[in-house]
Amino acid sequence: MKIRVGHLYPDYLNIYADRGNIAVLARRAALRGHELVVEPIGLGERVSPGAHDLLYVGGGQDREQMLIAPDLAAKGAEIRAAVAEGTAVLAVCGGYQLLGRGYRSRDGLLMPGAGLFAHETVAGSTRMIGDVLLECELDPGAPRALAGFENHAGRTVLDPDATPLGRVVHGFGNDGRSGFEGCRLGRAIGTYLHGPLLPRNPWLADWLLAQALGHAQSADPPRLEPLLDELEAEALRVAAGRARARGGRR
Amino acid sequence: MGARLALETIAARAIGAVSRAARRGGGTTLPGKLLWKLDPASVDALAARLPSGVALVSATNGKTTTTAMAAKILGQEHRLAWNRAGANLLSGLASSLVSSRKAELGLFEVDEGALPEAIRRTRPRVVSLANLFRDQLDRYGELELVAERWRTAVDGLSESTTLIVNADDPVLAVLGQERERMLRFGIDDPRHARAALQHAADSKYCVRCGQPYVYAAAYVGHLGDYRCPACGHERPSLDVAAREIEVGGLRGSRFRLDTPHGSTIIELSLPGLYNVYNAVAAASVALSLGSSPAAIARGLADFSAAFGRFERIPVGAKAIVVLLIKNPAGANEALRIFETGVPPVLLIALNDAIADGQDVSWIWDVDFEPLLPHVGRIVASGDRAAELGLRLVYGGLPEDRLEVVPSLEGALDRGLDLVDAGTELVILPTYTAMLALRAVLTGRGFVQPYWDGATP
Repeated sequence: MKIRVGHLYPDYLNIYADRGNIAVLARRAALRGHELVVEPIGLGERVSPGAHDLLYVGGGQDREQMLIAPDLAAKGAEIRAAVAEGTAVLAVCGGYQLLGRGYRSRDGLLMPGAGLFAHETVAGSTRMIGDVLLECELDPGAPRALAGFENHAGRTVLDPDATPLGRVVHGFGNDGRSGFEGCRLGRAIGTYLHGPLLPRNPWLADWLLAQALGHAQSADPPRLEPLLDELEAEALRVAAGRARARGGRR
Repeated sequence: MGARLALETIAARAIGAVSRAARRGGGTTLPGKLLWKLDPASVDALAARLPSGVALVSATNGKTTTTAMAAKILGQEHRLAWNRAGANLLSGLASSLVSSRKAELGLFEVDEGALPEAIRRTRPRVVSLANLFRDQLDRYGELELVAERWRTAVDGLSESTTLIVNADDPVLAVLGQERERMLRFGIDDPRHARAALQHAADSKYCVRCGQPYVYAAAYVGHLGDYRCPACGHERPSLDVAAREIEVGGLRGSRFRLDTPHGSTIIELSLPGLYNVYNAVAAASVALSLGSSPAAIARGLADFSAAFGRFERIPVGAKAIVVLLIKNPAGANEALRIFETGVPPVLLIALNDAIADGQDVSWIWDVDFEPLLPHVGRIVASGDRAAELGLRLVYGGLPEDRLEVVPSLEGALDRGLDLVDAGTELVILPTYTAMLALRAVLTGRGFVQPYWDGATP
């Protein structure tokens, strides 16, 4: 089965090794007999709802993010429509911020976002940097650990009715206060965690692949054959230890 | 010097000796830290005493090597205060100043973040800025933040200071445009251009208008001969240039150095185009302090390696070659050396202490892929060995060619086991992994500790 991935602005948003996330999805799809077909979506290009099974938005340096922000906001309606009809999303760091309602600078100006996630990000004076450990429960009753690295000045505040990706065990998370990290809307996930995120959190990679396959097959997300994942487990163990020992302190 | 300064420097020297005696790691920053704590202004006073002034060298990549090369050239004619072991914060500068009583000229590599304060305190005669790559985002913030601080620092330079910039880096080429005392260096040999900008290239959008640059030649990362098709911003003409470059794998390279004072042929025993950049930067520093092209050629021909940057260490019938990696641009250039011949065994060691960068995501921006089908075996080591292993496997390394040995000493033994007598084990360590491996080799009697064995 072909899994169609739309990678938004790969030339601009690639600072935290976003291609690692794509490489993990591609290999884990291939090991199950599927093929990941990645199509770059650049400035001025349309996102056609239904054309992709998964959209990926990475993080960029401030300057690069400023260059693509207006274009991403203009794609907002298309992205919202794609998610509404079942396309999965993984948005990391800057991509996560820009998929919200907007980014408010310290002088109060709002740079509009794509309006997918129900959150707003406010510029902070200090950066929140360090290892992070989350507890997530994407499937009710099955809590999973998720470990990554965060580096952001923006404080992202979820609307009261928005669902976080997970609860912060160690680290700062969305805003360093709420105890929440990331946001989830159906098959769409946004998070500050990079590192990149998926190599040491293969369960999330498989969850995303299953959602994308579900979309591709117009069916429920299939159950994927488990892989051995020994190195992955070891990398997660070490990263979680780092978050425990030196994750962000408030 | 004032009485207080004299007492403090004596105390700091004594602690340096104790620290070395206790083998706490060379004592390269400890006495400086003390002096720096007691009296930060002592750095200003000690620097002001140097009769030939101070030269500062900064860059994301290559500052230790560039400074060591400049030391080799300038050391022919000057007694130097030089932070040779890479202690490049203000406390490290303080240490070098304290321990070089009779120095005439201060030659210091300076951390990117510490540069503005180093400029303020040492009032340098020469400042060399060679490149800005993404590096340790967890520690320095994003590249643009560093660039902004450098712009401010350059604006505050005295008119008598010579500013040296790498014209091939668009962010640096626009610095100091209205200055009189200015040297712009670069590489001019399109035969060595990369086919495309590498994956992790930074600063590929015009610093003036934001459009993507078009490169006539991209040499290392985003360094090269660029032009903006929209607003016309382009690489300025070069005052000091490397031309007609011949590179020869791990053996080194040879090129013609063109300067305002004539041309000379440079023979370099260090590999890679990035070391050509380091050599041209070092030559520019030496030129602006009065060295002749002939003295530059002599100094560079004698240069072997800076601490841990490119060392070949005999170990019995085998040898170890150490190439430090610390960010995507530097690691890509280290790997590029193997384009002409992939070593059968590689040991790569990834640590994640503060000096390495706690955020290890940068390994995914390194272009390992072209190497992986050709390498016989990779031993992945260090505190984040598993993470490194994942990077390599997801990059296409067959799992049966990967060995994950987190212990550095264990990995070193395993790597040496795997290579044949008469051949070399190539090691690519991050900074603290390099220090730890060196400590193991020192313990076994194969290398001198750096505080008494470093090449002047």
